[in-house]
Amino acid sequence: MAGYLGKRLMISVVTLLFILLILFLLLQFMPGSPFNDEKLSVEQVAVLKQKYGLDKPVIVQFFRYLGNMVRGDLGVSYSLSPNTPITDLLKNRFPVTIKMGFASMMAGTLFGLILGFLTAFFGNRILTFIYNLLTLLGIAVPSYLFAMGFSYVLGYKLKLFPLLYDFRAAGITQVMPVAAMSLGVMAVIARFAKAEASEVMKSDYVQFAKCQGLNNSTIILKYILKNSLMPVITVMAGLLVGLLTGSLVIEEMFSVPGVGSLLTNAISANDYSVVIALSFIYSLLYVVVMLILDLLYCLIDPRVRLGGKPE
Amino acid sequence: MVDNAELMIEIKDLDITFKMATGDVHAIRGVDFCLRKNEVLALVGESGCGKSITVKTIMGILPENAVINSGEVIYHENGKETDLLKKHFSWRQKNINGSNISMVFQDPMTSLNPTMTIGAQLITAIRDHEKVGKMESYARSVELLQEVGITDPERTMEQYPHQLSGGMRQRIVIAIALSCNPRILICDEPTTALDVTIQNRILDLIQNIQRSRGISVIFITHNLGVVTKIADYVGVMYAGKIVEYGTVFDIFYDPKHPYTWGLLSAIPEGSDDKSDLYSIPGTPPNLAEEIKGDAFAPRNPYAMTVDFKAEAPAFKISDTHYAATWLLDDRAPKTEMPAALRERIERMKQEGRDYVKNEE
Repeated sequence: MAGYLGKRLMISVVTLLFILLILFLLLQFMPGSPFNDEKLSVEQVAVLKQKYGLDKPVIVQFFRYLGNMVRGDLGVSYSLSPNTPITDLLKNRFPVTIKMGFASMMAGTLFGLILGFLTAFFGNRILTFIYNLLTLLGIAVPSYLFAMGFSYVLGYKLKLFPLLYDFRAAGITQVMPVAAMSLGVMAVIARFAKAEASEVMKSDYVQFAKCQGLNNSTIILKYILKNSLMPVITVMAGLLVGLLTGSLVIEEMFSVPGVGSLLTNAISANDYSVVIALSFIYSLLYVVVMLILDLLYCLIDPRVRLGGKPE
Repeated sequence: MVDNAELMIEIKDLDITFKMATGDVHAIRGVDFCLRKNEVLALVGESGCGKSITVKTIMGILPENAVINSGEVIYHENGKETDLLKKHFSWRQKNINGSNISMVFQDPMTSLNPTMTIGAQLITAIRDHEKVGKMESYARSVELLQEVGITDPERTMEQYPHQLSGGMRQRIVIAIALSCNPRILICDEPTTALDVTIQNRILDLIQNIQRSRGISVIFITHNLGVVTKIADYVGVMYAGKIVEYGTVFDIFYDPKHPYTWGLLSAIPEGSDDKSDLYSIPGTPPNLAEEIKGDAFAPRNPYAMTVDFKAEAPAFKISDTHYAATWLLDDRAPKTEMPAALRERIERMKQEGRDYVKNEE
């Protein structure tokens, strides 16, 4: 277990270093520089570049950046809001995006699991119809359409929820964006949960449990649910990161002060340090989520925990 | 000997159709048999002849698209008769499955829950049926593991299925199946998926358990060698019907149905490796189509005109021996089994006599 964990941590660190290097190289290939202002003369740009150390070779820049990052310094913004430390830029925005992402994830997973498992267990006509309708809509319709629908019906017509985000009333103003984002998650989770549970229900060990006359509650909880959770957990990782990075349009629609808008602006303004910082944080999130998932596997599946060799 | 023994379970006129997207498949076309106390019944036949479906019906675990058109599965206990097919599955789970009838599956690699320890699976199997404490169920589990020949039961209790070999897992499956002292054990090809070297040991184990516990066993196999070793009675199945039924001696020494002749001729013999291995010509019928006459007729070299027109009833040969073939009708020409098979049976009988002599 400890060996496994150590190995996973090592792999994560190497992955992150590699991602950072690629980000650095990619930005070098981007046309233009952060100082694309026509009013600046060549000399002025050169001075600016020297000030920020952009005249050094890439590899030197890379290691300097790495060193600063380890100390918690992500650099300063070049052009968006010059000389503001990026950590300050993110400090207020990041928690908003993260909170909304996790809330959507939790809601989507919870309802997805309920919908998927219920349909698998009691696949009557009404339930199957609801399942088909919801999963089809959730997967086919992009979240911003749901957001528009909710805004119009729940926000504008029925006036149930405020239309715009307000950090003083974050709870109630978050309901609509979170609902819009979680529908897609719910659909994906429901499909996986149903497919997996149906598969496990047909498995020999569930048939054997039935032949043993075990209680239905035992069969459902210890046999079916536990064994069908693994693949569901796997898709959750991708979904979660997708929510954090893909909430951009939703943030825009409800004017949520998250990191989504910051990233697009930074890319168009060639603000290297902001782009790198954000991309890296997203990668970090992904790696951490994957790590947590692997630990969850360990808890659920003894084959991962104990290694898979019969004696 | 066993004729007057207590009846355990009776299958009467079982008829099952599978609803498939491509049409109906008539998988079981009238199966009748009974199992008595302390008796081992072997069901033999080619793949797809309905052996597994028959026992799945007894356990109530048929797939959802199976429709039972007619039939009864009558369970006898203390003079009481219960038609299991008339009972709801949850009732059977509580009162029959596990506690009175248990089943061992073909593949031990997939019949244990991968996320529970062996101990937890055994204890659950006991405690879902009986109100016993944790300590007592643990002790009973250890005893069960010892009974199935596991040398270090305390350690095995802590292990997960993936840490054990196929043979060990099948022993554990048997232990779980026995955990609530069932009166009937169904074994659906329990040795087919195992290593050849392990097969015999598992077979011995099942035989020993049957004898020491005095339980009844339905044993599904397509290995006729296994049948001679373990069975008292044999039901030969073909295309969803039992075509010949009798004691192991009836079936092996005096077979009457041409399909049984084919099966016996197809046993490979170590001694005469020069001769070609016999195989029954043709393939089993497609059960998705209506079968006219006798299902075996197209593959039967002894088929008569009547075989293509009407299904043969079960003719009684002796009190224990029945066969469904028109050859036994009074009007049929006298037909004997193939000469090669006759010779082979004589050799088997001789070997049997030698064996008995050596034993003495």
